Amino acid sequence: MTETTAPAALPPTVAATRATTPPSGKPHDFSRKYWVFAMPAAVIISAVIVFPWLFTMFMSVQDWKIGGGIDFVGLDNFRTLAADSRFRESLWITFYFTVLGVVLPVVLGTAAALVFHREFPMRGLLRTIFVMPMMATPVAVSLVWKMMFHPQLGVLNYLLQQVGIGPSEWVFNPNTVIPTLVMVEVWHWTPLVMLIVLGGLAGLPKEPYESAVIDGANGWHMFRFITLPLLWPFIMIALIIRTIDALKAFDIIFVISEGGPGTASETLNIFLYLQAFQFYKIGYASAVVVIFFVIIVMLSLLLLYSRQKTKWNA
Amino acid sequence: MSKLPFGDLSRRDLLKTTALVAGAVAAPAIVSRANAQSKFDWKRFKGEKIDVMMVKNPRSDLLQAAEKEFTALTGIEVSSEQIPEQQQRQKAMIEFTSGRPTFDVVLLALHVQKRLAYKGKWVDDLRPLLNNPEMTNPEFDLADFGEAGMNFATQSDGAITTIPHFVDFWMLYYNKEMFAQKGLEYPKSMDEIVTAAAKLHDPSKGVAGFVSRGLKNANIPVWTSWLLGQGLETIDPKTGKLNTDGPEAVWAADFYRKLNKEYAPPGTIGFNWNECQTTFAQGRAAMWLDGIGFATPLEDPTKSKIVGKVGYGVTPPGPKAHHSAIFCDGMGIAQASKKKGAAWYYIQWATNKENQLAMLKAGAGAPGRQSPFKNPEGVQSKTFAKDYFDCMANSGKIGRPGLPQIIPVTEFRDIFGVALTNTLSGADSLTELKKATETFKPVLEKSEQG
Repeated sequence: MTETTAPAALPPTVAATRATTPPSGKPHDFSRKYWVFAMPAAVIISAVIVFPWLFTMFMSVQDWKIGGGIDFVGLDNFRTLAADSRFRESLWITFYFTVLGVVLPVVLGTAAALVFHREFPMRGLLRTIFVMPMMATPVAVSLVWKMMFHPQLGVLNYLLQQVGIGPSEWVFNPNTVIPTLVMVEVWHWTPLVMLIVLGGLAGLPKEPYESAVIDGANGWHMFRFITLPLLWPFIMIALIIRTIDALKAFDIIFVISEGGPGTASETLNIFLYLQAFQFYKIGYASAVVVIFFVIIVMLSLLLLYSRQKTKWNA
Repeated sequence: MSKLPFGDLSRRDLLKTTALVAGAVAAPAIVSRANAQSKFDWKRFKGEKIDVMMVKNPRSDLLQAAEKEFTALTGIEVSSEQIPEQQQRQKAMIEFTSGRPTFDVVLLALHVQKRLAYKGKWVDDLRPLLNNPEMTNPEFDLADFGEAGMNFATQSDGAITTIPHFVDFWMLYYNKEMFAQKGLEYPKSMDEIVTAAAKLHDPSKGVAGFVSRGLKNANIPVWTSWLLGQGLETIDPKTGKLNTDGPEAVWAADFYRKLNKEYAPPGTIGFNWNECQTTFAQGRAAMWLDGIGFATPLEDPTKSKIVGKVGYGVTPPGPKAHHSAIFCDGMGIAQASKKKGAAWYYIQWATNKENQLAMLKAGAGAPGRQSPFKNPEGVQSKTFAKDYFDCMANSGKIGRPGLPQIIPVTEFRDIFGVALTNTLSGADSLTELKKATETFKPVLEKSEQG
């Protein structure tokens, strides 16, 4: 039987698009031809996302070392990882670094945005200076920071001594290395958070503030009950971006501390790099990637869910 | 004397000139005949083009600058690239594993890649070429290469897989001025290093008695240098036994900890060679144990405050033995190369006596050959004092590998490097070394099986 009308379940517009009757009387089902247009994107996505991911899954169940043979080992790599104290330690360090590297820039960036949102002399110049760190190349600034951290010859200890504070060992001490690296991260990425929140502040409606003034609200009340709730969607975006950035941080850590002293700043990324590109254990490194992927997916879902919750209600 | 119609030119001058001209005209024929006799011809691979993968360093700069001479000599075109050390090693690993390397000649860090390169069939055994008079210049003189370098270049079955291009000796830099001020002599033993460090250590003036690497992985040669003083390498080269948790290894780790904790600047736990170099060059440390290849900036007035005050001493003897930890780079021919003849010609040229002498003269490091050290031209320098050259020559005589000659060298450095770093944070040496040895054992066993 020749189909001449749209299925009842489809809305009329979709039905009209999917099946039309040309003057010849023979209908065209365009839905069967549209896939051709999606093919280029599908091929590219398959090549650069789907295939590498499937291949990583495949490698993660092999005992595969570059220069050696390939043997199927099932879940052995994952079992070894679970028993690897250095891997577990790297998970904890990643968590520690990420929490500090997200919370501090978001708090400071939001505060900076509130300051720069107000009118004051030379605001434009100061705002430009404030965002400059963000434009610097991470590897280049890391090298400069590393020189400044030198316990004997670095400028930071010289400055501390000038104000009567004793010298610090910065990244050359297992106890201070992560807070110091976070300090670089905060210096580098707080401006990004500031720009996101500043954009949000510029778009806030004025009416709630006018009503609040009539109701006798003070500055704090207006910030606590109007500005902050309205800014949450923007802060959430900053949180998501910062979380992704902090989780994937590699360049700053690798250049400044190389994961040391010892393993004190060996995050999951540094651990992964060592396994893959220093020890050439491709199978084992792929298992790390799979676990890292699961963590990122779970975290992303959590953050996206939270973002949905903070959306303004129309 | 009869006057000839050429102004003041005497008959003797004329005869001399004629002889010179005749000699010059006849020279190519003589050289050609000599080549025919030796069957070696530099122009044999004329018109070929080879690719060379080097490591980024001053030695590669020298070779690249002289490449035109090689092309003029052989007619072989060279396309060479310099890649930073770590990335070069990764590139070599990946390209050799792929089976299609993009280069014909490769510079290998033999202290890391020696066994890997042979087991993975990366490079050719050069003995057939060395024994072929048609392929090897009679002036090449393999016997001129020092024992230390040739040990690195030679595999356990006798195969010579590379020609040793550069040898780095670990030695003790010391600040002569500081030593003189305290009336101290250069340490005659490892124990005297500690004594001298204690006397020179003055934190109130920001001066440390001693500095060396504390960063994991980079710190291994410091430990192995002390262990060589006990007459042991970390892995016995004959039996393959791990010497990493015995009393000698613990002694070396304790010695490492004592110097790096009690007499070193703050933060050495995270120091690599460059932090040590800066500290020493700024006059903030009295002694520094490291490779002699890092000497040049110390004598550069734009980078150093101690120009002319640096002493270069052979690593002092330990309780049981006297050795210098050595490291070596060598040049090999990729097995997959289709231009092996031209590649071998390049290696012969790059490691010839002239280029090795040029390396020494330029202060670019110690060459693999011995002849540059015997050449007065090679050991006279405006930059370096005599003890710099003496240190290299004498270290060469007592050199032993600073790293074990195994496949998983990087894992070894990482695992034991972390253990040593932990000792600087207060952990017990024996416990850390035992733990590291247990972790490393299966890695080593697996690498030997595969």
